[in-house]
Amino acid sequence: MSEVNILLVEDNEGDIILTTEAFKDMQLENRISVVKDGEEALRFLRKQGEYEKAPTPQLVLLDINLPGIDGKQLLEIIKKDDSLKGIPVVMLTCSDTDADISDCYDKHVNWYITKPIDYDKYTKVMHEIEAFYVSFVHYPKNGR
Amino acid sequence: MNEIQILLVEDNEGDIVLTLEALKEMKVKNTVTVVKDGVEAIEFLKNQIQAVDCTMPNLILLDINMPKLNGIEVLEFIKKDEKFRKIPVVMLTTSSSQADISACYDKYANCFITKPLDFGKFMDVVEAIESFWFTTAQLPKTTP
Repeated sequence: MSEVNILLVEDNEGDIILTTEAFKDMQLENRISVVKDGEEALRFLRKQGEYEKAPTPQLVLLDINLPGIDGKQLLEIIKKDDSLKGIPVVMLTCSDTDADISDCYDKHVNWYITKPIDYDKYTKVMHEIEAFYVSFVHYPKNGR
Repeated sequence: MNEIQILLVEDNEGDIVLTLEALKEMKVKNTVTVVKDGVEAIEFLKNQIQAVDCTMPNLILLDINMPKLNGIEVLEFIKKDEKFRKIPVVMLTTSSSQADISACYDKYANCFITKPLDFGKFMDVVEAIESFWFTTAQLPKTTP
């Protein structure tokens, strides 16, 4: 199994710790990069400025509520950009409203996942994402 | 979640039987509609949206190699039409070529899964799709 690069776009410190911790003890050799707002995420994905040498992620985990460009706007930008749209994007958010779910699928999110508030459940969901992704899903390779 | 509607687009009889068997075992109550080529798949969706008791599929399982229109062409149709594009599409195919994988993600496939030839593994895959898509991930309401 080759290394998988994951980009986490999240401004909440608690959720950043939970997510990176959950991914640490996974069978998947992964490298998580964390950015805290939409503008930074775009610089990372487009390899601009301080992110000139950033890897192309095979998975983006995206929160909806972010300062500046919010998660949905960022999703829309990614999925309209020919060089970025093939990267699988997972919404990972507190919202479970039909409007948000529907809106994100409409904007071509790959999966929409509601973050459980409970710590154990949160870890379980991260592991389920990993298990499904690693064992069953094919994703575009690096250096597209 | 109420009963789940699944559209299986597959021309191989053996794979149809296997998939239906695996879906029967599912905890989530589901109804599967099978169509055997791309043209039929598009006709089905167009008919459903116009029906008085319109029920759209909550998930589409889509093969690539099919007569008439292939799966990638069907995917493109679905994801370009605002009436259908929010329906999650899982590519379920014997192909594991990077060209197909990239083409499908570029055309907004929600995920790409290679069908194993082994029966037991095939059941594992369908089970994983069930547990991931119907438990971990949120599906959009697709019926207007």
